[in-house]
Amino acid sequence: MSDLEQMYQQVIMDHAKQGRGKGLVDAQSRRIGESHQVNTTCGDEVTLRVGLNGEHIDSLSWDGAGCSISQASVSAMTEILADTDIDTFEEAFDAFRELMHSRGEPLDDEHLEDLLGDANAFVGVGKYPARIKCAMLGWSALRDALAKAQS
Amino acid sequence: MITPEQIRDDFPILAREVRNGKPLIYLDSAATAQKPTAVIEAVDAFYRTTNGAVQRGAHLLAEESTAAFEDARATVARFVGAQSGEIVWTENATYALNTVATGIAHASAGIGGEAAARYRIGPGDEIVVTATEHHANLVPWQQLAAITGATLTWIPIDGEGRVDLDNLDTVITDRAKVVAFTHVSNVTGLVTPVEPIVARAKHVGAITVLDACQSVPHMPVDLHALGVDFAAFSGHKMLGPTGIGALYGRAEMLETLPPAVFGGGSVATVTMEQTTWLDAPQRFESGTQPVAQAVGMAAAVEYLEAIGMENVAQHERELGAIMRAGAAELEGVRLLGPVDGGDRDLIGIAAVAVEGVHTHDVGQVLDDRGIAVRVGHHCNHPLHKHFGLTGSTRASTHVYNTEDDARAFVEALAAVRPFFGVS
Repeated sequence: MSDLEQMYQQVIMDHAKQGRGKGLVDAQSRRIGESHQVNTTCGDEVTLRVGLNGEHIDSLSWDGAGCSISQASVSAMTEILADTDIDTFEEAFDAFRELMHSRGEPLDDEHLEDLLGDANAFVGVGKYPARIKCAMLGWSALRDALAKAQS
Repeated sequence: MITPEQIRDDFPILAREVRNGKPLIYLDSAATAQKPTAVIEAVDAFYRTTNGAVQRGAHLLAEESTAAFEDARATVARFVGAQSGEIVWTENATYALNTVATGIAHASAGIGGEAAARYRIGPGDEIVVTATEHHANLVPWQQLAAITGATLTWIPIDGEGRVDLDNLDTVITDRAKVVAFTHVSNVTGLVTPVEPIVARAKHVGAITVLDACQSVPHMPVDLHALGVDFAAFSGHKMLGPTGIGALYGRAEMLETLPPAVFGGGSVATVTMEQTTWLDAPQRFESGTQPVAQAVGMAAAVEYLEAIGMENVAQHERELGAIMRAGAAELEGVRLLGPVDGGDRDLIGIAAVAVEGVHTHDVGQVLDDRGIAVRVGHHCNHPLHKHFGLTGSTRASTHVYNTEDDARAFVEALAAVRPFFGVS
């Protein structure tokens, strides 16, 4: 598999075409946070809405436009973090960021790999520093939205 | 006639390998151009043998540095058909354009006194740009309008991005005080006919400012012949170093424009209460100057002069035509701007949108083949909006590119949609 094929694995292409949780929904949760993130270098955009009940993420939806990496990444993130909690998000966020800075090496930790699910497929992005921002866009949006929901 | 295979030997970077050991195919010269050995060595030699502070000090190195700095100014001036005193060193073209806009703002606030009265603008006055400007030649004027209360208006473009010359008399009204426009679009590569715009601006007494960033590096430009009041261009796009650019101002215009930046090196006398300015161009050159960069820019000029700008222009015209015609024929690929300009000249640029594939993903496929292009909006949001897009993939040439490079771009583009399974 070439570096290019490694970056654009089939699972990523599928997420890019069929975004999970795509389309903002009205959250009925006690606390709602929304974040709009833009990658100014290329115009990638994600608007993400999170609903919290206590520590529980009981609603997660987004809308966006941009490159396949940014859109697939927010989709995969939504799939693994919907119906989890803030601690899980924080652990997954750190693991995903580590994956992005691993220069294309998978995480050597079974627990974290299980946690990241489809998001492990973004391992190839680590070889292309310019694209890390694309892959992190949705994650940054969720972190920001959670902070807003909690404030 | 140009033999790019020979010219390529002058550019050490073109010998390196990039992704997956592929040879580099550099098609991003509109963003920044590569540097010939002559430029690299001129900068190197300056630091090794000459370096001293310019326009001050009496020791030998200071004298030699000042001479090198002023010789470089004369060389760059000659290259664009100007007098030495009409060239102001700036950090880059963006700073050059801001020097004019800010100088006008300062004049409008009373700085420069009666001598600068011609630069005063305010409510009821108009600043005219075109709808195809790079942000560097749009935002300063937009902000100048906000500062002074003047109104920003713009010359429209047609569906393919040509500046519309048919209605200049109604767009450039007698309230126009500044007309700022690009010589060559950094997205479509279209050359703007300067003469009719300058003629209309002169008729209403407006100051003309030319963004020559994409013209001076690629074609013969004679600023006196064009008749513009100001022009801006950068060193790094014309094979020179980064951190150096030039503002051209017609002698009688520079004479009265107040400085944009205040400090040492630009002043004649300073008391606690007030300051008088040096004559141009020193008035605009506050602070320690980028001397090695100026020397490098002059070396780039001499390198280009030896090839001949007519030859450069013809070579790049041909490469641009190959890229645009090839791209336009591909299924699902849309060219921004015309394949053939008709009555408008074009430089070696092809910007495309690939249907169903984001520009960042397009760039990645090209990068995998060793092809360096620009992706995104190229600092030109309004023009992309005009085309109904948020970004594009732009290939741009310089003198070192070959027909094989141009064809490699087209072949790589053809592979993009199949790679992503888009049909």
